[in-house]
Amino acid sequence: MTTTLAGKEVNVNAEGYMTDLNQWTKEIALEIAQQEEVTLNEKSWQVITWIQEQFKNEDALTIRKVGKSGVTDIKEFYELFPNGPLKKASKIAGIPKPVSCI
Amino acid sequence: MNETKPAPVKKVLLILSKATIENVYACFILANGARMEGIESEIFFTFFGLEAINKKKLNDLRVATVGNPAMHIPTMLGGLPGMEAFATSMMKKEMVKLDIPPVDEFLEILTASGCKMWACKLAMDMFHLEKKDLYNDIDGVLTVGGFYERAAGEGSQLMFI
Repeated sequence: MTTTLAGKEVNVNAEGYMTDLNQWTKEIALEIAQQEEVTLNEKSWQVITWIQEQFKNEDALTIRKVGKSGVTDIKEFYELFPNGPLKKASKIAGIPKPVSCI
Repeated sequence: MNETKPAPVKKVLLILSKATIENVYACFILANGARMEGIESEIFFTFFGLEAINKKKLNDLRVATVGNPAMHIPTMLGGLPGMEAFATSMMKKEMVKLDIPPVDEFLEILTASGCKMWACKLAMDMFHLEKKDLYNDIDGVLTVGGFYERAAGEGSQLMFI
């Protein structure tokens, strides 16, 4: 299915996660962040970039890996993306919903 | 159509009463998983569950090989010297593959995630433990009543492990 984000037609799944990272832009990220009630700052963008790199390298995302990323720590990650950080950050970064339990 | 969305779980309160690796990890993964979903979580460590926050013991927890039919080894063999250590090292290897952290690191992750952790006062007295014996970042020592008070509010769930 498709939806319109930041004036562009993009592919998403039923839960609103983008299915094609090539379509992702910063404007789209800002619109998803607004829907998810997340305010992005400079650090959030660094985290988003790091998350996208993990996805491109086919590394599964876990909270533990975020803590060891060198970009942020776990406490800050929870503050940057409140109420479900891994899912919200993934959605904003335009990658699929993480399936990890840890 | 008058469909109302079911009320979501807002807070999970886990009572950990055992210290075999499988129980401790079940508890930690549930508590951490709740935080990952934006659900509040708290753990009450009681009886043998206290070993999971006992500085001297927490990194030396073991799998129970006796009285555990799911191990698929005869109970008598499970009691042989070295079986517990062997089963524990096998399980730890599997956990490393899945990026599951060791107990001390898992406690740090839980603290950073905002999970609240409480030690049971009665069990501490029983095992002659003091706060200094416990993992530094626990939130405090509580009575049963004190813990139940923390479960107040709609959408709270209590679980005994």
